[in-house]
Amino acid sequence: MVVKILDVVIAGLLMGGLYALIAMGLSLQYGVARVLNISHGEFMMLGAFITWLLYSAFGVNPLVSLAICGPVAFIIGFLLHRTLFTRLRISSASAGAYEGSSMLAAFGLLFIIQNIALAIWGANVRAYSYLGFGVNLGGALFAANRLVTLGFAVLIGLGFYTFLARTRLGKAIRAAAQDSATAGLMGVNINKVLALCFGFGALMAGFAGTLISMCYPIDANMGLGYTIIAIIVVALGGLGSIPGSFIGGFILGLIGSIVTYIEPGLSLAAYYLLFMLLLIVRPKGILGK
Amino acid sequence: MDITKVTSKRLFLPGIIFFFLAVLALFYPLYAPAYYVIQLTAIFMYIVLTMSWVIFSGPTGYISLAPAAFFGVGIYTSAVLGKALSLPIVICAGGLVSFCLALLVGALTLRLRGIYFAIFTFGLVELIKQLLLYWEINITHTRGRFVILVSNNTIYYVMLAILAILLITAYIIRRSKYGLALQSIGEDEEAAAHTGINITALKTVIFAVSAIFIGATGAIMATRWTYIDPYIAFNPLFSFMPVLMAIFGGMGQFYGPIIGATIFAYLEEVLITRFPYYYMLIFGLILIISILFLPNGLVGLLQKWRKGDLAKQDENP
Amino acid sequence: MRILEGEKVTKYFGGLAAISNVDFHVDQGEIVGLIGPNGAGKTTLFNLISAAITLNSGVIRFKDRKISGLKAYQICRTGVARTFQSVKVFGNMPVLGNVLLGSFFGTSTGMSSADATREAMESLEFVGLSAMRGTPAKDLTLANQKRLEVARALATRPELLLLDELIAGLNATETAQAMELVTKIRDRGITILMIEHVMKAIMSVCNRIMVLHHGEKIAEGTPKEIANNQTVIEVYLGK
Repeated sequence: MVVKILDVVIAGLLMGGLYALIAMGLSLQYGVARVLNISHGEFMMLGAFITWLLYSAFGVNPLVSLAICGPVAFIIGFLLHRTLFTRLRISSASAGAYEGSSMLAAFGLLFIIQNIALAIWGANVRAYSYLGFGVNLGGALFAANRLVTLGFAVLIGLGFYTFLARTRLGKAIRAAAQDSATAGLMGVNINKVLALCFGFGALMAGFAGTLISMCYPIDANMGLGYTIIAIIVVALGGLGSIPGSFIGGFILGLIGSIVTYIEPGLSLAAYYLLFMLLLIVRPKGILGK
Repeated sequence: MDITKVTSKRLFLPGIIFFFLAVLALFYPLYAPAYYVIQLTAIFMYIVLTMSWVIFSGPTGYISLAPAAFFGVGIYTSAVLGKALSLPIVICAGGLVSFCLALLVGALTLRLRGIYFAIFTFGLVELIKQLLLYWEINITHTRGRFVILVSNNTIYYVMLAILAILLITAYIIRRSKYGLALQSIGEDEEAAAHTGINITALKTVIFAVSAIFIGATGAIMATRWTYIDPYIAFNPLFSFMPVLMAIFGGMGQFYGPIIGATIFAYLEEVLITRFPYYYMLIFGLILIISILFLPNGLVGLLQKWRKGDLAKQDENP
Repeated sequence: MRILEGEKVTKYFGGLAAISNVDFHVDQGEIVGLIGPNGAGKTTLFNLISAAITLNSGVIRFKDRKISGLKAYQICRTGVARTFQSVKVFGNMPVLGNVLLGSFFGTSTGMSSADATREAMESLEFVGLSAMRGTPAKDLTLANQKRLEVARALATRPELLLLDELIAGLNATETAQAMELVTKIRDRGITILMIEHVMKAIMSVCNRIMVLHHGEKIAEGTPKEIANNQTVIEVYLGK
């Protein structure tokens, strides 16, 4: 009995770590750069595919790919923001208009990135095995790659949190998140900071993609599902709260694990139920302002 | 001005054109080969999807990414009920179920900021797809369903009827006080509320009404596929295309989305066989380019061009 | 008759009391002024009356009927209209359209298009904007946009009109015209509660003045009484 509970809880934490990582990335992009990047999952998918490609074609260790996919995603995200989203921001009549148009632009990006992947790799499912052996934890067996994933997710999450709290750039980001106009007046290079945040968000997606490819099979259509989960986590944690998305990710992971244990296939429905409850009771989320 | 009387002269030319087109459309299957009838049906479908989206999301600025969900719901209603009930009832059922779903979504999200509405509608397609997958795997133990067969001409005429009713509804809403109220919600929601407009009720009702047409369209178009499963029925593409068509066509004028829908419906038909993934890529690019450089769409471009011509006329009397 | 009254109205933002235990009343036919230094809570009080925000405790009544707890559109339909400090016109809509919405959705329901248009045009004429009825609202000058807001509010056929800093940003001529408009509105039978910073204008037109400071009502009386009130003078000039 206890073993069963532990099994479910740890599985939930493992999934939660991944959710937390993806959600933090999205939270950065929406909370600071004010772009609801619904193509977020596609960046993750790219990270997953590049890792798979490097591993199966060149035998590159996926953990090394972390150092490749993350930065590549970062650069793409940074450039995209500098060109596309900054331009949109400047030409938008209001914050509300920008929120709408940037989301639609991200919608376009979703289809572009997804179809690039489909064109190159097709719709087939791919997988590879890495660190697939089992590790015994309290009587239950867990795949080593999933534990590594959790470890990295927590590491990256805490690392980023420290970065935000301690460094000068981190403070600039927090200022921009609160009030970008005033931050700009205080000497913060807003265009650069917002683009950096968007890039950091993509960075997290890239990392998440690599980590996911280690544990699960991947396909070019996988992005959408993760984007939706990330969005629900961000809403649950509070729109604009990065710690909120971190915590929210673990909460959702636990719920998903419990639901999957009882009735597999209903996890998204459970998340949406939670989302609906949230909308009725406390729309601004757990840590939302 | 919308509400004040329009001189009969202004309506004369578009009226004649419209009448001519209507007659052509009515008799089309009688003289056109089957392939073209099917193609025109697809164009009608996209016009309905796009105009339905524009009815609500156009003036209010609340971006709905739910059309694919309503479309899929319509398709599945048809698949489930098609064998037991007659076609007209099935189509109405498709519209009704979509209406109820939209009411639920609206009641939950439209009293909050627009971002919640967008988020909720975004995941709706995936959610319903997974629910139906679960249903089919665990409860009915079937995967997918077979749909009743309906002749191409029947599909054509049903689509034409839905289109006609939609265009009339869209036009009436746009010209009525509710259309004006929707616009005011898009401009300044707080001020609109203080002018006596029940903004939440209005948004929810209009959103739900727009969903009826999408659901009904799904119900009839389902008969073009002989086999349906959740993956086929719930495809995010059907949320993407209306958005692309509306933005590219331009929402400033009534006919803007119609032009956008026609162009891309035709383009999709042409490109889909030769470049299955690349055409989507191009469409995605066009959407981004439109958002960046054509914020008022083709119609906006035309108006700017016309204004430019008039300015030139003033310069050189 | 007391057309509007509030009892122990309180509103907190976080830990800060923006409005604290304020009692107020407006008699029918009056022009009441609401003044106070920046941050005193004047607009917050308006927002509480018009239900732009909800109060934490206390009650607000309009014509002896409790309105605190109703939604904004319901309060408008009951007969309370307002203008905003940051002029909230529907920019891309023509002037007539802005006012038409007031006619259609205000206190009178079920109006035909023709009747509503007629009423809207009357409203525009009353404020002096009928010549600009086809102009998009965003192309108007600030003074005209303020008139438009007033016209829109009047089109809802209110019995009580809340004016939030009508004069802010207007020059001397426009200010005089605005004050004339205010008395004209009162002469039509509409009670007015107005927030203002410009002392001269308020003193000249109001029957009574309320003074807020840090969310509390610190004084109330005729313009003359307020002008001589020691507390008020200290608050404005500093101790």
